Parts: sequence; structure tokens; C-alpha cells
Amino acid sequence: MSNTNNSVSRADVIFGAYASEKYVVLEKALKRTPEDIIQELIDSGIRGRGGAGFPTGLKWKFAAQQQSDEKYVICNADEGEPGTFKDREILMKVPRKVFSGMAICGYVVGATKGMIYLRGEYKWLLPSLMKEREIFDEYIKSTNIDFSIEFILGSGAYVCGEETALIESMEGKRGEPRNKPPFPVVEGFKNKPTVVNNVETFVNVNMIMRMGYKEYDKLGTQDSRGSKLFSISGDTPKPGVFELELGMKLSEFVNEFGDGDTKAVQVGGASGFCVPRKKFDETIIGFEGIPTGGSMMIFNSTRSMYNVLHNYLEFFCEESCGQCTPCRVGTQQLLKGIEAIKNSERPESYLDQLLKLTDTMKIASKCGLGQSVANSFASIVENFTEEMVY
Amino acid sequence: MAEVQELVTRLTKQFGCERESLLPILQDYVEEKRYLSKEAMVEIARQLDLSAADVYGTASFYSFLDTEERGEYVIRVCKSIIAEMKGKKEILRTLEDLLKVKVGGTTSCKKFTLLETNDIGWSDKEPSMLINDVPFTDLTPDKVIKIIAEYRKK
Repeated sequence: MSNTNNSVSRADVIFGAYASEKYVVLEKALKRTPEDIIQELIDSGIRGRGGAGFPTGLKWKFAAQQQSDEKYVICNADEGEPGTFKDREILMKVPRKVFSGMAICGYVVGATKGMIYLRGEYKWLLPSLMKEREIFDEYIKSTNIDFSIEFILGSGAYVCGEETALIESMEGKRGEPRNKPPFPVVEGFKNKPTVVNNVETFVNVNMIMRMGYKEYDKLGTQDSRGSKLFSISGDTPKPGVFELELGMKLSEFVNEFGDGDTKAVQVGGASGFCVPRKKFDETIIGFEGIPTGGSMMIFNSTRSMYNVLHNYLEFFCEESCGQCTPCRVGTQQLLKGIEAIKNSERPESYLDQLLKLTDTMKIASKCGLGQSVANSFASIVENFTEEMVY
Repeated sequence: MAEVQELVTRLTKQFGCERESLLPILQDYVEEKRYLSKEAMVEIARQLDLSAADVYGTASFYSFLDTEERGEYVIRVCKSIIAEMKGKKEILRTLEDLLKVKVGGTTSCKKFTLLETNDIGWSDKEPSMLINDVPFTDLTPDKVIKIIAEYRKK
């Protein structure tokens, strides 16, 4: 299970070729009971692939337990985290596995409507997805279940990747996150029980249904089962999407993907953590260390970490939905603050005040956007203080 | 005005007049007209029985639902940190020189609007940009010159 050698273990399942017969995994799943499938997902230990890592089996179990005339399955394809592009590859190369995973979910929780919320930036994917849907619709007719898949487009708002903001957007409103609880599995789309899962999670469900949880668990580690797609970019000789086993050390990752001069790696996008070279060896990529939706941005020693942080903060200022004050005002003050320090209008000690502000944002912001600004801010400021000042 | 009404009527027929019809209607309106005029938003509000402020509030939330006049082809250059590292500045300069507009501007012939946007999902192939919905990746100034020449012919 664990990764004992020094190199990064690769898996090659997610993009594996389709079986010659269409939707065989779905067919196999439909012969089992929903309870049986939920149990297998729980046994597999699979956790959501979007970044937050909620156990998928439990999510489905909660949704299945709800009494409701209508339930929904939503595939979150609003892949907006800077440096992420794995869902693009999945939807380009193996959409069938996504549709199959969604239909299995529908069968398990008792939903007949599936929806894919596709970010507006990926609208170009729509024609090929619609083609696959024709094949899907044809297949579904031959089964004893009723399940349809609809595409809903986003329009350029990062916060809509947050599941309740996504639901608001699907309902035709501003994409402002809701208070939780109630969680979507209880009250989601149109206040009906709704499962929202990441694109990659549905593919993983498909994998587990095909290979069984015991095979699946051979990949990864105790806390981070399975393989994971990584979107690798920045100062690397081989940018792209790679399927790797979770639980690797960051140093192993850098040995394989760095350019020999790696100074820092941003794990998990702008809302993730920046790890400096001196911590590569102690950092595990996975739920026991730094969990990630898969964005890995590599910076070499020619890069200014001030510029990196400045870019993230501009991003957060623009993408904060503005609904809650800690996030709306906090992101702006952080940006102004680092500019003031850089221009010597404020002393270095002002950084401490800004760090306190990120602590407040972490506690008081309504959703993951405002809460996670602290991750990149603190990890860059604390590890590269001199670059912030001089 | 009659033209606005006609288009909105067609869209409400296609998507319905429910609250959840609003985004598809706004999106398709922008697809056809490139931006939402005040008249368009008022008309959409009227047909969906919403307040115009609500329609504007929704539209202005989304960066792709422009409420200012745009050209026929909206160019959105990715400004993520990776794009910046891979030469976004040079791409923008090339576009500004070619089109003779600054970021945010529309050419006098109303053919092109030049904008920046957040990560469009091509960090492995930066610099990148979208022209309307079509992505262009691994950009170089030469490549940009060729792409714009192609679009000028359209």
C-alpha cells in the first residue's frame, strides 16, 4: 500500500481505455443493491476529489436516507482553481466514465435527474459531451432505471465551484454560497436532496465498481486511498495531467517534475499551501499531509514570491462574491497591505497584523473561498518574509 | 427595441420563464449580441416577472455576462500566475499593438474587445486566451498575429 521506493508511483486507470461494450460498469452496478454499493464505497475509503475530501460513501448514504419525491445528482465541473485542468482532460478523454458514475449515484440515492455544471471557460467541450450523451441515453433505455443528464453552463465565477454557490447559480441567481447546514444532501437544488461531486470523484466510483474496493485500495496510502490526477504546471519540463498515487513526499514529486531549481511548490492552487524547498522532504501529498484538488504549481528560484502572492490576492479580490464582510474587505486589505509594505509605506511588522486578519477570515468567512485565503497568504509570507519586504 | 423584444421572446420560449431560466437566457443573449444592454435587461426582467435590478444584479455577478458594449469577438487573455510566468505580458502587448486598444477597450470597428480573465484551465499550455468560446494555447506573438489576421477575415 505505502510508497516505499523513492520515485513517484504512477497509476494508469483513470484514462484507461473504455471496455468494448458500452456502459458495462454501470450495467454491473445496476445488478447490485444500493446498500451494497454504498457499503463498498465506504469500505474503499474514497474521499471527494475536488479538494475538500468528504467521504463519498457517506455523502451518498445520507442522500439515500432522505425521503423526497425528487432528488438530484450534480457533477461539479466548475474547475476554476488556478493551476487546475484535470477535469478538462477527463471530460475530453473519458466522459463516459463520468456519466456512468453519475448514473450509479442516481440509482443508489434514488435520483432520476443528473446535471453537469460546466464552467463557461469549457463551453468548447459541449459538442463532444453531447455526443457521448446520445450514447448514454440510448444505453439507459435498455436498463430498468430512468436517468437523464443535463448540461448547465457557468459564466465565469470561481466561487460557483463551492457547492452551494453552484446550486444558487443553477437556480438562476448570483452565485453566493448558502449557510451550511443544511447541506445539499438534505436541501440542495430547489431545496431537494442533492449529491454534488467532483468530476474525478464520479470516475473514481466507476473505478471502484469495476475493480472492487480491494484492488482500488492497493493504490495510495491508508488515509489517502486510490490514485489522483495532478495538474502540473509552472517551472517544469513536463507540464500536464498525471495520475499519481496519493501519499508521496513532495521531494519525490519535485525530483520527478521540477526543473532542478525548484524553490517552492504551490499545492492545491491559490487556495492551497505554498511549500518552500526546505520542507519538501517532510511534506506528504494526501489527506495525512496537504490534501489537494490536484493543482501543483512549481516555481523556480527566478520567481518572485511577492508577485505570486500579489497575483493570488488580485484573484481573490475579484472572485470574492462580496456577500460576507471578512472575505470582501479582508481580501482587499491584504492586497493593499502587501503593496504598502513593498513600497515601504508600512513597516515589516505590519505583516503580523495582516496575518491576524487572515486568522479572522479563516474563522469568520462564510465559505471556503474566504476561509482558505489564509492558507496561501500565511505559507508565502512566513516562508518568504524577506521577499515581501525588499 | 423591437429587435431586443423579439430576441428575448425567442429565448423565453426556448428556456421558459422560471427563475432558473434566467442564466441560460442571459448567456444566449450575450452569445448573440456579445453584451446585455440596459434595454435587454429590462425586457428580460419584464418577461420573467423579476425586477430589473435583480436581473442586473445577477448578470453583473458573472464576469462573462458583460453589461457594457463589446465587440463581435471578445478576447480574454488568461492572467493567472502561470500565464504571467510564461509570457502573458508580451501577448497582451502584441494584442494591444495589433488592435490599437488597451485592455478593456473595443476597436472602433466594433470587431474586437480585449480583456483579461482569471485562469481558463490551460496552465499546462500558457499563455492562453479565449476568443468568444474558443481557446488558443501555447501562444507566441507570431501565433497571435496569425490568429488575429484570421479573425479579421471573418
